[in-house]
Amino acid sequence: MSAIQVIPINWYLLLSTVLFTIGVLGVLFRRNAIIIFMSIELMLNAVNLLLVAFSSYLSDSKGQVFVFFIMAVAAAEVAVGLAILMMVYRNTKSTDINILNKLKW
Amino acid sequence: MITTYLFYFLSFLAIMFALMVVLSKNPVHSVLYLVLTFFTIAGHYVLLNAQFLAVVHVIVYAGAIMVLFLFVIMLMNLNKETEPHKSPWLKFSAAIASGLMLIVLVGSLKGAETIIATNPFNANIGLIENLGQCLFNDFLLPFEVSSILLLVAMVGAVMLGKKSIK
Repeated sequence: MSAIQVIPINWYLLLSTVLFTIGVLGVLFRRNAIIIFMSIELMLNAVNLLLVAFSSYLSDSKGQVFVFFIMAVAAAEVAVGLAILMMVYRNTKSTDINILNKLKW
Repeated sequence: MITTYLFYFLSFLAIMFALMVVLSKNPVHSVLYLVLTFFTIAGHYVLLNAQFLAVVHVIVYAGAIMVLFLFVIMLMNLNKETEPHKSPWLKFSAAIASGLMLIVLVGSLKGAETIIATNPFNANIGLIENLGQCLFNDFLLPFEVSSILLLVAMVGAVMLGKKSIK
């Protein structure tokens, strides 16, 4: 018995909303750039979960194909982002995002 | 019945581990909690009949991305609590802002109409055969474009990682 037949879609909506909000909280709450990256991954995963839920409920595999593309984009983003972080760390000896405040304004 | 309990259990674990990612002081602990979060999300995929996606999710996230994160953290020697703390006022306002966002999102989704499935129920759409048919028939061009994206990301990461750019 699959979850589609017993659990209404609203529960999945609620679950991914909560996960997404925790990701937003992490971005706002922390100063370590790596943990901000992890929170972004969390948000991407909340969206992925909702896409898979809708695709299962509608019996349409296009949503799951989209999740593949999101995974590819997330992998590329993490590779480039961590390379940038390494360069920042090499130049400033810190991963505190407040050091990068010259990018504001 | 057991599916419902599994859903509640996995959701509870996912939310707990996600909170621990944000709240734990040590970055290594954050990464490990993130791996656990990804495993619970893979469990949700299995519940939703997306078996192949669950496997890919574990391989890509727990296998590749998390290793990259751990590697970078170890390389930067961040495995201790070195993070300078934000002021309590900023933390409070961050919690308030995200709580308000949660309320707004939940409130807007509560009034959403329930969707009516137009296709007949098919438990096999998450299997590799159906996904491959969809991917290589309808989404062939995006598939090729994403390969270019991965190539560009690889070149960019190598170039950024070099000691000095001549």
